[in-house]
Amino acid sequence: MKTAIVVFPGTSGEHEVYQVLTQYDVQVEIVSDLTTSLDAYDGIIIPGGFAYGDYLRSGAIAKLSPIMTEIKKAAEDGKLVLGIGNGFQILLECNLLPGAMLPNADLKFKCCNVPVIVENNQTAFTCDYQEKAQLDLPIAHWAGNYYCDPVTLEQLEQQGQIVFRYHNNPNGSLNNIAGIINRKGNVLGIMARPERACDQLLGSVDGSKLFSSMIRSWRDSNGLL
Amino acid sequence: MAYYNEPTPEQIAEEKIYRQMAVSDDEFALIQKLLGRLPNYTELGLFSVMWSEHCSYKNSKPVIKKFPTTGPQVLQGPGEGAGIVDIGDGLGIAFKIESHNHPSAVEPYQGAATGVGGILRDVFSMGARPIALLNSLRFGELANDRMKYLFKGVVAGIAGYGNRMGIPTVGGEIYFDSSYEGNPLVNAMCVGLIRHDQIQRGIAKGVGNSVVYVGAATGRDGIHGATFASVEFGNEAAVELPAVQAGDPFVEKLLMEACLELIEKDVLLGIQDMGAAGLTSSSAEMASKAGNGIELNLDLVPQRDPNMSAYEMMLSESQERMLLVVEKGREQEVEAICQKWGLTAVTIGRVTDDGRMRLLHKGQVVADVPVDYLAEEAPVYHQPSREPASFRENQAKLVEDLSINNGTETLKQLLAMPSIASKEWVFQQFDYLSGNNTIVRPGSDAAIIRIPETNKAIGITTDCNAGYIYLDPYTGGAIAVAEAARNLVCSGAKPLAITDGLNFGSPENPEVFWQIEQAAIGISEACLKFGTPVVSGNVSLYNETNGNAIYPTPIIGMVGVIEKLDHITTQHVKTAGDVVVLLGRTVPGLGGSQLQKLIDGEISGKLPDFDLAYEARVQKLVLAAIQQGLLASAHDLSEGGLAVALAEIVMETPFGLELNLNSSLPTSVILFGEAQSRVVVSLNEEKLAALKQLAATYDVELAVIGQVNNSGNYILRLNGEEIIATSVVELEKTWKGAIPCMIND
Repeated sequence: MKTAIVVFPGTSGEHEVYQVLTQYDVQVEIVSDLTTSLDAYDGIIIPGGFAYGDYLRSGAIAKLSPIMTEIKKAAEDGKLVLGIGNGFQILLECNLLPGAMLPNADLKFKCCNVPVIVENNQTAFTCDYQEKAQLDLPIAHWAGNYYCDPVTLEQLEQQGQIVFRYHNNPNGSLNNIAGIINRKGNVLGIMARPERACDQLLGSVDGSKLFSSMIRSWRDSNGLL
Repeated sequence: MAYYNEPTPEQIAEEKIYRQMAVSDDEFALIQKLLGRLPNYTELGLFSVMWSEHCSYKNSKPVIKKFPTTGPQVLQGPGEGAGIVDIGDGLGIAFKIESHNHPSAVEPYQGAATGVGGILRDVFSMGARPIALLNSLRFGELANDRMKYLFKGVVAGIAGYGNRMGIPTVGGEIYFDSSYEGNPLVNAMCVGLIRHDQIQRGIAKGVGNSVVYVGAATGRDGIHGATFASVEFGNEAAVELPAVQAGDPFVEKLLMEACLELIEKDVLLGIQDMGAAGLTSSSAEMASKAGNGIELNLDLVPQRDPNMSAYEMMLSESQERMLLVVEKGREQEVEAICQKWGLTAVTIGRVTDDGRMRLLHKGQVVADVPVDYLAEEAPVYHQPSREPASFRENQAKLVEDLSINNGTETLKQLLAMPSIASKEWVFQQFDYLSGNNTIVRPGSDAAIIRIPETNKAIGITTDCNAGYIYLDPYTGGAIAVAEAARNLVCSGAKPLAITDGLNFGSPENPEVFWQIEQAAIGISEACLKFGTPVVSGNVSLYNETNGNAIYPTPIIGMVGVIEKLDHITTQHVKTAGDVVVLLGRTVPGLGGSQLQKLIDGEISGKLPDFDLAYEARVQKLVLAAIQQGLLASAHDLSEGGLAVALAEIVMETPFGLELNLNSSLPTSVILFGEAQSRVVVSLNEEKLAALKQLAATYDVELAVIGQVNNSGNYILRLNGEEIIATSVVELEKTWKGAIPCMIND
């Protein structure tokens, strides 16, 4: 599997994801948002940080970057696309995922570990988890308060698109949503930071199965061992 | 022809316009004598910022030059953007602390944010990649809306800048005291990682080479910031100065990546941040260090407003700018790399051989002065110093006992004091995990950051109990260093060096100057004892409002190395059944303690006796015990004494403590006294004999005071009598809830 970590000016989380992925037997490259094609990659990850400073609504400028056409194309082609933190915000802004992020309910940046429940382990990103597994994952964001209209919310609930839910809501997110997937099942956004929970020395390894799931799913779907 | 309607040199002299720039009559006369003529308005501006205390250390130089600054681990001592110490494997740690007190008092968000931005540039201009930020904050009591606003704004500003940069803010300290009511302190520390071969210097080498400007355009913000930082509030001159800068961490992030790439590709001869005194100090200092001159064409400087005068451009403290010296012919390489990062790099001048700073603007030479006059010839003042009468009075008064009715209640009251209470409300706003190397998070004795691709980590801490320094600056200064070192040692780190953020009142007040002198002696002696030289620092004087000085607050930022990751130790107890042991001796006295502040409303009297040699033995013992794998946890005793330290080691764990103490000292002293040189540790009982033997070797007292259990309760008996009995959850609620409750958040 060849994975692109897409960085915008102001992105800072690319090395965290890179370090984690290099633990696996996959090819991984950090690519700038000036890159004109993502055809060579099997998976796309948009990491955390503050793309273009995020002085406006988070992701509002990043969605205008030319690379977004390529990311949309990758999504349409069925490639796995993962947005973490700021990456999730960008996927919402460019409508690859439904809904929007509001500022946290208490209007403060929040960094801490929170319990997150795996609501759907039948996805390409969560197949290595047990259903209803409780994960210890860090969050670090200012705008993780997920919002969508009632019809969309109903659809998300009915179709198993809510993949991760907070056990104790840290930011005001609707229905405790921590992560959602598109209907096709190949685009996932998660506000928690699984890449920061892949090393016992740093406190938790509960995030690593997200990456191993992704890699296994790609191998299975491509008939590889 | 008149230039920008500025006063003529004659008007400046006759109308004493220089006084508005905080240049004294004597200093003006000296400038005139050095130049052999009157300075024009632009030149006077250059002198006024370069000769400000902030840039020239004219009042503090006689004191700070006595600090020990050398050692085998020192790769770069004071004088550059940051100091650097060796941690082996060809790696160094660059670090420095800097104050942004005055701007933060006026506009807390931007003041604090740009403080973070400035210290980051100091570190990455050395060639180091920033890996951690810390901050040391002082506010008045959280009693009024203004102070709550300042507190919230400063925290949000630090978060807003550091988080956007992707640099983790991993630690620091906050104290609240009415002495900071009108003049809060915001000191930011940055720590960077550097390969030895990448160390850069702020130097303008090679006549004919190009001077390149990179980063944000120059605007009118922060003009005279350095001067502003060097006068007290309420001073008439300050009213005239528009001085707070606005930060843009997005541009800073790009600037950092661009500069680090330029350094990696070895394109630069010199680099310096345009921080305090902006373009003036960076250009003058780089030229002066090289023994060269510098010529700048200000028409080429990127400007936010085309009508800026030379004076405004040279004195602007617009943020996110860097001045580079590049070998002639390689300018395009620099431009290309900067362009890749979305930044403009412009060649604005050249290095000359005549030792002068020559500024051209719109076809005129608007300034032409020797750079050494600006960078080296600032007057040095040997301020008179006088021991305050209150010092003798305090020394003569040993506070032997304070009345405690209910030990449990007193413990809770102490845990609810904002200086002791949990700072979770603060540090949760910081992305302390950014970078994925934070092993020990904020809230422990020291933050621990992993050094990638090694089996090492570094410990970082800041410390300063200003109340102690107020009562006894010499002893308090030594204690600040000792506590910082003790924090590191308890985490398993060997202390390497310090950066000092010296925050004081006006040096022109002899009693304040005495505090500065005494604190510096105490700091120096402790640094020598612990082998931790001063490698960088910052001086912030004139922290007064209408004549009321802050507590003398020399903040110690210390870095240590953890040779093996196995040595990392935290303060929390780990296993039921472990024994709890107090290392060190409890000496009498409650002067300066938080208990005294709680009961009397203020502090007074003599500090408990402090013995540097004993302190050093305690620290050696703790580090040896950690390295031999004897300890499960270690925590130093500080504000609130033993009872608070014991609460801190069990809170946020599922465990409880049962403690039995015996002593002839008063209950208040045993439980809440703040005698130094004490550490509480927990360990498996089987290892106790080895620890006892080690303690005997280092000649340090050891007392087994209790045991960790699964009860979730904190029970403490003194001489058989139960003094404290409470559930840990109850304590935790008080401790965590205090600050949010005080600020209604």
